[in-house]
Amino acid sequence: MDGSIATTETMKSGAEALLRALKAQGVEVIFGYPGGAVLPIYDALFQQTDIRHILVRHEQAAVHAAEGYARSTGKVGVVLVTSGPGATNAVTGLVDALMDSIPVVCLTGQVPTHLIGNDAFQEADTTGITRQATKHNYLVKRSQDLSRVIHEAFHVAKTGRPGPVLVDLPKDILIAPAPYSEPSHAPHRSYRPRTEPDAQRIAEAIHLLKRSERPIVYTGGGVINAGPEASRLLMEFVRLTGFPCTSTLMGLGAYPASDPQFLGMLGMHGTFEANMVMHGADVMLNLGARFDDRVTGRLNAFSPGSKKIHADIDPSSINKSVAVDVAIIGDAAATLRALIAAWKRDSHKQDRDALAQWWQQIDVWRSKNSLRFTQNRDPGSIIKPQYAIQQLYKATRGRETYISTEVGQHQMWAAQHFKFDKPNRWMTSGGLGTMGYGLPAAMGVQIAHPDALVIDIAGEASILMNIQEMGTLAQYRLPVKIFILNNQYMGMVRQWQELLHGNRYSESYSEALPDFVKLAESFHAVGLRAETVDDLDRVIAEMIAVDRPVIADICVDQKENVFPMIPSGAAHNEMLLGPEHKGENGVPPKMSGAEEGMVLV
Amino acid sequence: MVESLAAAQTMRGATISVLVENEAGVLARVIGLFTGRGYNIDSLTVAPVERDHSKSRITIVTTGTEMVIEQIKAQLDRLVPVYRVLDLSREGPHLARELALIKVIGTGNARQEALRLADAFRARVIDASTESFIFELTGATDKLDAFLDLMRPIGLAEVSRTGVAAIARGTKTIE
Repeated sequence: MDGSIATTETMKSGAEALLRALKAQGVEVIFGYPGGAVLPIYDALFQQTDIRHILVRHEQAAVHAAEGYARSTGKVGVVLVTSGPGATNAVTGLVDALMDSIPVVCLTGQVPTHLIGNDAFQEADTTGITRQATKHNYLVKRSQDLSRVIHEAFHVAKTGRPGPVLVDLPKDILIAPAPYSEPSHAPHRSYRPRTEPDAQRIAEAIHLLKRSERPIVYTGGGVINAGPEASRLLMEFVRLTGFPCTSTLMGLGAYPASDPQFLGMLGMHGTFEANMVMHGADVMLNLGARFDDRVTGRLNAFSPGSKKIHADIDPSSINKSVAVDVAIIGDAAATLRALIAAWKRDSHKQDRDALAQWWQQIDVWRSKNSLRFTQNRDPGSIIKPQYAIQQLYKATRGRETYISTEVGQHQMWAAQHFKFDKPNRWMTSGGLGTMGYGLPAAMGVQIAHPDALVIDIAGEASILMNIQEMGTLAQYRLPVKIFILNNQYMGMVRQWQELLHGNRYSESYSEALPDFVKLAESFHAVGLRAETVDDLDRVIAEMIAVDRPVIADICVDQKENVFPMIPSGAAHNEMLLGPEHKGENGVPPKMSGAEEGMVLV
Repeated sequence: MVESLAAAQTMRGATISVLVENEAGVLARVIGLFTGRGYNIDSLTVAPVERDHSKSRITIVTTGTEMVIEQIKAQLDRLVPVYRVLDLSREGPHLARELALIKVIGTGNARQEALRLADAFRARVIDASTESFIFELTGATDKLDAFLDLMRPIGLAEVSRTGVAAIARGTKTIE
């Protein structure tokens, strides 16, 4: 970013220079929490109107809100917190953004430069603590570096594989006059991510794909991160080739879930057909996914017969856990564009008969209807969590809807039963699995899309991890809907204890829960409750109709488990199916005491 | 990359040169990467190499399977202040040297023997007292190891080693 001589102007304080740099980067909203070290920035914020500050109730929530904002808009989310505890509270959010490749710039206050290293009040070694929690971080020690570092932070956060970037700002730097310079367009000295795929590798990929008989397109968050154009190109490519398409948790929405060529999510709680296709494929095209352990299951049994093509913007994702035959480094949109062009150019005729046979096999797998469940509709019947999601999905059709989740069973049911047809509508903590993510993320989404319907599908345990953000919803009148699937258990923990630990439900019961209706009311929101199946549709309708924040407490079946399930350490073709599938072929009956699985997470 | 399982499991040593921006924290980033991801560090050296001290060169000697070494290189390469990662063990012939300062304490025959061996290894005496020598020895790691093994029974008291510095042979450069 240096090299070209930009004209500089001296600002009366570092804080002013900082805000000017943020404006130049197109920042409209900051999620933050004040404190001693950042007071100069808050003073400068007070004296302007271009940048809106959203006061959260906990710094972790500020980062998740910025993530929600970023994921639903494609822009960089911005966080402002103070030194010491402000910064350490933000760490979980930063790691979350790092694992899920979400562009966030986190500005932290720091004690004045002359006090650094003296164990000053609210001092923490923020750049030291967050070095492994960010894509990159900076400590600004000289006023003349300030605006350059801010511009660079945005560049690093949003280019290549996106991620969180932290800038630590000592208080004296914020107070002293500082020169301001505009963003430079010169390439960065050392950081130059590659985005255009290599033509030779594209040709090798097309050679394999054209000759495939049992292909699969496996897409991930990289397609979402590459922008809506990548999703459009994915649709074009999948239609052009006639291939089946599956997606990771992070990639949902990149390919329309309602399209027949979509097989649903794959992996630990993926559909039967998606996992069987992965297992039986002869050519696999991975676009912007990273062979995560939730997806692959046991590595030495993962898709044993396939030639693997892996396209990713991050070279370190390639051959990390799964060795591949063709590696393509590039942006997902650029890669798809090149693949489409090369497919059309290549004169080799695709074996459409083999593909038709493959689809016949897929339809057999699909007919198993692995996500099915039985809901008793008699009045007074207990609500199945899957049914609650399904009814929620139906009720939101035709509306601009954004869904966030917390982490656990409800998250998996949401991924399975809520169908996303567009990218950027689904915010969930995939890599880190952060309970408490959903409410603040929904807040960030609602700020970016004030007129949209934003729903946090939650569990009663997760929601309590950032429940204080109800205050933020009230203050900014954000009509976020919190849809709690309340089974009075940390459901996923309970499920693993049932399946792997001999039904010993150690500490997984949600003891002493609050009354969520009263809790909502005390935070100036609306509280609703559905206790039986006949309450459900009314509660959903009312929740959507109310133009205020709502907590809908949906009391669901405590014993329900998420199926299908590939137990840790099992292969894709060793799925456990739900109780509805008892006695069917291909379902391994044994499960408890799977000691290998117990070691894994 | 379809390899036999045996080949994939074979460990190899690698000498990796990394050219980095000489800024605060860059070494911590590299070391944190190795500890955080469980990679081995057999030796690591770092010093500025540009006249204006704007860039440093880090030399890392590590061991791992081919897949792990490739991961290490890719992970290093994506650090923002990294200019270039060069796997010297895979880029043709290279030279690797380290320097050791070796204190040997003893009198009489042992002292004589130490001097004779030092001469054979072309170690220089850079300090001497009536009861001790300090030798300076430069060479490949195994040469230093061999010298230390010989010194051990005759009064080896203390060692300080620099770790490996390495460079490709011929006209090839890192940039």
